[in-house]
Amino acid sequence: MYRYDEFDARFVRERVAQFRAQVARRLDGSLTEDEFKPLRLKNGVYLQLHAYMLRIAVPYGTLSSRQLRQLALIGEKFDRGYGHFTTRTNMQFNWPRLRDVPEILDLLADVEMHCIQTSGNCIRNVTADHFAGIAANEVEDPRPTAELVRQWSSLHPEFDYLPRKFKIAVTGDARDRAVVKAHDIGLRILRSKDGEVGYEVMVGGGLGRTPMIAKTIRDFLPKKDLLAYLEAILRVYNLEGRRDNKYKARVKILVHEIGAEEFARQVEEEFAKLDGPSIAADAQEVARIAAYFAPPAYETLPARSLAFEAAKNENRAFATWASVNLFPHRVPGYAAATISLKAIGEAPGDITSDQMRAVADLAERYSFDEMRITHAQNVVLPYVKKDDLFAVWEGLVAAGLATANAGLITDIIACPGLDFCSLATARSIPIAQALAHRFGDEKRQLDIGELNIKISGCINACGHHHVGHIGILGLEKSGQESYQITLGGDATETAAIGERLGPGLAADDVPDAIERIVNVYLARRTSGETFIEAVRRLGLEPFKTAFQEKTHAAA
Amino acid sequence: MPLLDRTGLRDDIWVRSEDGASGAEHVIVGFAYLDAALAGNGRGRKIGVAIANDVKASALEPYLEQVELISIAFPNYGDGRGFSIAKQLRALGFKGVLRAHGPLIADQFAYALDCGFDEIDLPDSVALRQPIEQWLAMAGTISHTYQRGYGAQNILDARRAARTTV
Repeated sequence: MYRYDEFDARFVRERVAQFRAQVARRLDGSLTEDEFKPLRLKNGVYLQLHAYMLRIAVPYGTLSSRQLRQLALIGEKFDRGYGHFTTRTNMQFNWPRLRDVPEILDLLADVEMHCIQTSGNCIRNVTADHFAGIAANEVEDPRPTAELVRQWSSLHPEFDYLPRKFKIAVTGDARDRAVVKAHDIGLRILRSKDGEVGYEVMVGGGLGRTPMIAKTIRDFLPKKDLLAYLEAILRVYNLEGRRDNKYKARVKILVHEIGAEEFARQVEEEFAKLDGPSIAADAQEVARIAAYFAPPAYETLPARSLAFEAAKNENRAFATWASVNLFPHRVPGYAAATISLKAIGEAPGDITSDQMRAVADLAERYSFDEMRITHAQNVVLPYVKKDDLFAVWEGLVAAGLATANAGLITDIIACPGLDFCSLATARSIPIAQALAHRFGDEKRQLDIGELNIKISGCINACGHHHVGHIGILGLEKSGQESYQITLGGDATETAAIGERLGPGLAADDVPDAIERIVNVYLARRTSGETFIEAVRRLGLEPFKTAFQEKTHAAA
Repeated sequence: MPLLDRTGLRDDIWVRSEDGASGAEHVIVGFAYLDAALAGNGRGRKIGVAIANDVKASALEPYLEQVELISIAFPNYGDGRGFSIAKQLRALGFKGVLRAHGPLIADQFAYALDCGFDEIDLPDSVALRQPIEQWLAMAGTISHTYQRGYGAQNILDARRAARTTV
């Protein structure tokens, strides 16, 4: 993984000193609260319902054991002994004190981490496929691109006061696991007919109150042109994006209002004026970054591990976990293991400091010292020898992290919701917990198969409900929490926005409604057909009918 | 209104006069009056122009050799359009003075300079809270940034230099 050189290290230290000075200037009155607010947000400090919240960047979701141990320490020393992974692969602490923040930033800098641009109207933490470097059909590891963009976007003089936040995601695979089409810019690495590697550039995706699927504005952008092209896109957005209404300020609205063709024309016009080579990182710099993401020192192993097969035969729980939580690795004899942070009854994405240390130890011993955080709020050990999987699983069992539900109905994405967030209109976590209890039976989950439920506690859609196979949106209706259910959303390369099934439900009625939807699938699926495939084949109607029986019963 | 640049506070020799009626030697006129001011400028006055931040840089292109100063409005510190306009004007070859006009904060000084601004024309309300020492200090807090082509020392070129000297 990437390591800071002297320049990166100095940059982050200088930013910490700058933030410390900004806090001091707020306290002595040099900065008004209004002036200070964007400065603290751009350093990840939010004011939440009960306390300050600190959001720490985990660039493209990659963490080392040392970094995770430091997060464990911060959680213990400055929070309540746990942290929370978000849908943008960052870590949030919900209970730090403002006066401790500069000290926390120093501790982060010690392990090459920071909170730069994890909030505010600027370019946010860059995300990427969590199976980067592992998936068999990947054209190229997306992380060198993501790291280049991370550096380029850090404290960008021109693009730090944008109309609104701006999110970039990168995938190196035609199979999209990074939800790139729901980002302001989605980059897909691909190979041209001539074999040249470049990018498909998609712009204007986003969730929130006006969900949009990104449009392709460039089918193939040569790699060397990336930074100049990003500069052109951001300049057009900075100049033309709406600033009269914060709910219409995202680039998706600009793309929608002027049309993708016109937006592309403006970008190309600006791009044509730029002197690409004077903006681009030179080939040696690109190679320098890429070298950090070279494959680890894999052993040559047979594809089939006798130890793994034997352990599965002897231990049914392990066999189940292995059948659900493993992802095939391109290198024979290895697997990527998903550590579910969705234990039944726990808050999705939460992890205690003790669990962080347990995961860090396992990664150090069995996964070349590396982890990935996923947008689904789980952790991946990317490089585990099949021979070692049983030992890893035993370690996870001991840490309470061996839940076998990756990709299943209880692997629910949920935002912090009204339990923590000052924007929320309803609770998310208790809904996720109730659904996990309802569907937690292992046999039943496995029978239902792949099904993504995503829950947001307000219209801002941090819980990605629009792209959940089943989406749940919590609103407030005359003082009561009310939950709208959507169906048919898709977060992959076939991205789609879910459609509403009917009127909102009370919190207590949500599990029954979801169960009715699931029962329609179970009754009508054909052999091997997944939930989302059945929804596409059957259409909304049969689900709507079952759902509305529920709402009438509730009324 | 205090005027400051990367060296500190300075006197403002320019007079803002929307329609150019002022008899001053250095006059900043509104964009709508620029043609008239330039046409009627028989006696060699220095002409500058003030623009709102929704004016396109390309609209100023015909005037870049004729005006000595362009003042770009920042209606509030959160509106970053002026940074892009400045960058575009420099790319178009404007060599005169670029002035940011409005309630920027000291924390944005480095950005303004890096995007091509020379000076900030600051309202008293901000200058009272944020004296010049803060502006000069904030301008230097980040010694190297990651973007090429933005004035400040950049890390990419520093890395390149380090490679070639090794």
